[in-house]
Amino acid sequence: MNHPKTSYTLAFAALLAVGLVGCGKEEVKVEAPKVVVLVAEPSVTVKIGHAGPLTVKTPHLGKDDENGVALAIAQANDKKIKIGGKLVKFEMMSEDDQGDPKIGSTVAQKLIDAKVIAVIGHLNSGVAIPASEAYEKVGIPMISGSATNPTLTDRGLKNTFRTVARDDQQGPAIATYIASEIKAKKVSLIDDKTAYGEGLANEVEKTLKSARVNIVGRERTTDTETDFKSILTKIKAKNPDVIFHGGMDQTAGPMMKQARELGIKSIFVFGDGACTEEMFVKAQDAANGLVCSQAGLPSQAASTEFLASFKAKFGDVKQYAPYYYDATNAVIEAIKKADSVDPLKFGPELFNVSFTGATGKVEFDAKGDRKDAEVTIFKMADGKLMPVSIVKAGVATKFEMAAAPIAAPAVVAPVAAPPVAPATKPAEAPKK
Amino acid sequence: MDTFLQQLVNGLTLGCVYAVVALGYTMVYGIVQLINFAHGEVVMIGAMVAFSVITALAGSGMPPLAIVLLSLLAAIPACMLVGYTVERIAYRPLRNAPRLAPLITAIGVSIILQHVALLIWGRNYIAFPQIVRTESYVLTTSVNSATITNIQIAIIVLSVVMMAGLIALIYKTRIGIAMRATSQNAAVAGLMGINVNSVISFTFIIGAGLGAVAGVMVGSYYGIAYYQMGFLLGLKAFSAAVLGGIGNLGGAVLGGLLIGVIEAFGAGYMGDVTNVCTLNQFLPGFAAMCDANSNASLLGSNYKEVYAFVVLILVLRFRPSGLLGERVSDRA
Amino acid sequence: MTHYIDHILPAPLRKHPAVFWVGVVLIAAALAVMPFVLVSHSMTSWVRITNFAILFVFLSLGLNIVVGFAGLLDLGYIAFYAVGAYVYALLASPHFGLHLPFWVILPIGAAVACLFGVLLGAPTLKLRGDYLAIVTLGFGEIVRIFMNNLSEPINITNGPKGIATIDSIKLFGLDFGTTTRIGDFAMPGLIKYYYLLMFMLIIIIIINLRLQNSRIGRAWEAIREDELAARAMGINTINLKLLAFAMGASFGGLAGGVFAAIQGFISPESFTLTESVMILAMVVLGGMGNIWGVVVGALLLSFVPELLRYTVEPAQKALFGRQIIEAEVLRMLIFGFAMVAMMLFRPAGLLPSAVRKRELARKAD
Repeated sequence: MNHPKTSYTLAFAALLAVGLVGCGKEEVKVEAPKVVVLVAEPSVTVKIGHAGPLTVKTPHLGKDDENGVALAIAQANDKKIKIGGKLVKFEMMSEDDQGDPKIGSTVAQKLIDAKVIAVIGHLNSGVAIPASEAYEKVGIPMISGSATNPTLTDRGLKNTFRTVARDDQQGPAIATYIASEIKAKKVSLIDDKTAYGEGLANEVEKTLKSARVNIVGRERTTDTETDFKSILTKIKAKNPDVIFHGGMDQTAGPMMKQARELGIKSIFVFGDGACTEEMFVKAQDAANGLVCSQAGLPSQAASTEFLASFKAKFGDVKQYAPYYYDATNAVIEAIKKADSVDPLKFGPELFNVSFTGATGKVEFDAKGDRKDAEVTIFKMADGKLMPVSIVKAGVATKFEMAAAPIAAPAVVAPVAAPPVAPATKPAEAPKK
Repeated sequence: MDTFLQQLVNGLTLGCVYAVVALGYTMVYGIVQLINFAHGEVVMIGAMVAFSVITALAGSGMPPLAIVLLSLLAAIPACMLVGYTVERIAYRPLRNAPRLAPLITAIGVSIILQHVALLIWGRNYIAFPQIVRTESYVLTTSVNSATITNIQIAIIVLSVVMMAGLIALIYKTRIGIAMRATSQNAAVAGLMGINVNSVISFTFIIGAGLGAVAGVMVGSYYGIAYYQMGFLLGLKAFSAAVLGGIGNLGGAVLGGLLIGVIEAFGAGYMGDVTNVCTLNQFLPGFAAMCDANSNASLLGSNYKEVYAFVVLILVLRFRPSGLLGERVSDRA
Repeated sequence: MTHYIDHILPAPLRKHPAVFWVGVVLIAAALAVMPFVLVSHSMTSWVRITNFAILFVFLSLGLNIVVGFAGLLDLGYIAFYAVGAYVYALLASPHFGLHLPFWVILPIGAAVACLFGVLLGAPTLKLRGDYLAIVTLGFGEIVRIFMNNLSEPINITNGPKGIATIDSIKLFGLDFGTTTRIGDFAMPGLIKYYYLLMFMLIIIIIINLRLQNSRIGRAWEAIREDELAARAMGINTINLKLLAFAMGASFGGLAGGVFAAIQGFISPESFTLTESVMILAMVVLGGMGNIWGVVVGALLLSFVPELLRYTVEPAQKALFGRQIIEAEVLRMLIFGFAMVAMMLFRPAGLLPSAVRKRELARKAD
């Protein structure tokens, strides 16, 4: 059979092979200038990886995280730390995971190839989860300062940590505030059906239920939706005291605006995704009065020392920079403790680090989660978010008291205290 | 059913937007039998241009209405230019090519427009400065009450005016006659002295102009715009055009309104209708699950996006000519 | 064997089979050694990129059956990939506590994807081409929305959280997820996957070549060029179109299963419309209906964006001091422009199949 369409076959195959090999070779050339050679005395240079969405999805947050890591590294280098008798120079290798799980695992491989000793990242839970498997295989510790999904540390991995509160620490904290401070009787929930939004709303619902708060309606939307009138109309008929929305500011903003247009008077409560001043831009006056939470201590409440140095170098903190700063310092602490820059040696030491960082005391539990993570509740007034309360181990404390110097929370509440249990009591009382 | 009237208002407002966008699809399809995938992106560009103008003028102290008018005056020509260029570059050379070819360029153009918009206006959601104060009015009947805002009223009025204008254009003017002739048989229309190319260009331009207005309406209604907003909106509007009968102007309007109302009612009522916990008395096994989980709906508001697609598939399956379509779509 | 080689060989090589075999051996050797070269140069990430590129070749070849062979524009192809991936994930992860072996799940995944293909195709294949395109697009979105939402009231897909810790592929006692050591010789999991994928690729290409020149392939070609005439010649057009849909879907399902195993984690956000469009762009670029063209198209569009990430951003920083166009945006612009430009200037693809070239040439009116 003579098929002209199959001509050139071999030529392509050859092209293909050359192309593939060629790609690899070309890569050497490009990669080469990346390795900055530092001229120094008997010193050892180690690379700490950072990965997050630097160009896509939420590049402003990815950059913020990167700055947090950069600051910690710069400070460590200034201190001229000696490990095993050698001066250690830290440098950052920052990679863009585009907030995409597939690209995230490729980037992870790239960091492993570059022999980083630890990875600070990734920003999104959905990316951090598959990437952490790659790090686990080679024994490189990964610490995220922003991934809040419980699954991340629930898989029994030995090298996965986070400095931020889990959804199931943040959710109960918000619920505690709704139940004990707002004293809501009826709450409606909306989530955006993302891993983050749904996970958070589920945790809020669980805790509210155990506090005997009446859940009137659970609605769903998507993270790109702009029309919420139908679900809000449905909620309006149920007349809740509080509407909680698990989602980002891009949905939360229009949602609040539309709710006020429909004449809904309920208090809106959000998680950290919508805990930004961008809310005022998106919902205008409608945003005033919103209540929202941020895992950990508020950036305003981060240690003043950190804030000053960060501001001098990079400007204002966007969101997670202090957690990334602490995550990087946790690695450096572990290295000091183990007196080694070998990830296999200092990795296990991460479970033993204990220091006061930008976001309070940094210690990890057996899963790699932050011990006793605080959650801060904010309220928006005149377009500004003001911290009003700090919830820790299920107890809400007014911000003025808690805000005082950050070193103070050394009065650590008993670790194993069942979250929220104490706080649910007051809410229960008025009900029955 | 005390939310009925409110949901109807929600649905009709949304439906008006779909209807105006659907007109753009249906006109183009009627004349060149092409699904102009990029039409949704034209709507997005309309919203973005309007955003830039409104933001630039918001602090100027001009009367709000004048600013909105100016933004329309900027968005409409901008979109018309985009519509014309796209037709000229990506569709016209392929007019006699197999069907697959212009469809693929249409998708390509849609991607290009999205990412050009991304380069200009950025990736994040942008918020429209609120220059017109939103006023809510309460409609009350004996059993129902609903709020409607001044912006919603403006959207509905503007849509009706545009639809009437379009119908007048098509049925009362010479160019309208030429358009109808071209859609009947382009070759013969050409023989009758009609410049088919300019008629087709004109159709794209008018469609894009409508898209621009729709973009401004969406943008000011929700106060939000972003570079991907046009895609889903376009698909839903296309479903509306198919539902009404593609190529039929009245059909596009009817289809748009129906899709809007179906979405509003779907999100508003389907969750309760399909809540398995209402079956408690029949199936005792559910009781435990329902106690634990308040959300036992099979089709809650999370399925809102599905309705337009389901309508599209059902219509194409059972009545490809749509509700008002005259000719049965030729099945190749 | 010889008659088979006959029609995959370009004309000049048919006369010199020895040259052909030498070429094959050299290429095979190069491809076999490549991953080790990459790993030894600390470029393991390129092995992973290659693995994903091969997966996209699978997908493009599958879509090529539908779009290229049968001429049906499917804009929701990623749905079948998603179905295959989810079938694998559900049957081999702690989510349901099931850990079936790879060779059991893969056929199941392909079969379920095939079933979805028939379910979608049966009611819609009567539609004209552009309607079909938009219906398939809707179908793709519906599948994704259901994957995202089927966590309630009964948790089937685990919703947006996705499914984690999916089992790696294990064949003949060899675990593809871990590094195998024989003495000093270490073989990372990624390289094992690379060989597995290469092996599968060869089989899939052979199936495709055989398919194209079979009775079915010729019938598809007839339908694509003139459905009416094909029907008049006694071809059961509906059944054959359905077959194209089903086969394309099975390939998609197969690729999805392998993706789930390599990645170890899947969530609905990996199966968006953008991915469908990307695969379509690969098929269009390579030349619809041309198997080798599609392979090249898929590899090009997989590797070029990766190269861009390494070159464009540093180049911009060097030239302008800041980044003007992100590689990601550039990548999408390239997809868009490739689709438009190919249709305008080379409608039959970079490496056109002869029949397709004739067919897609603009008719001179």
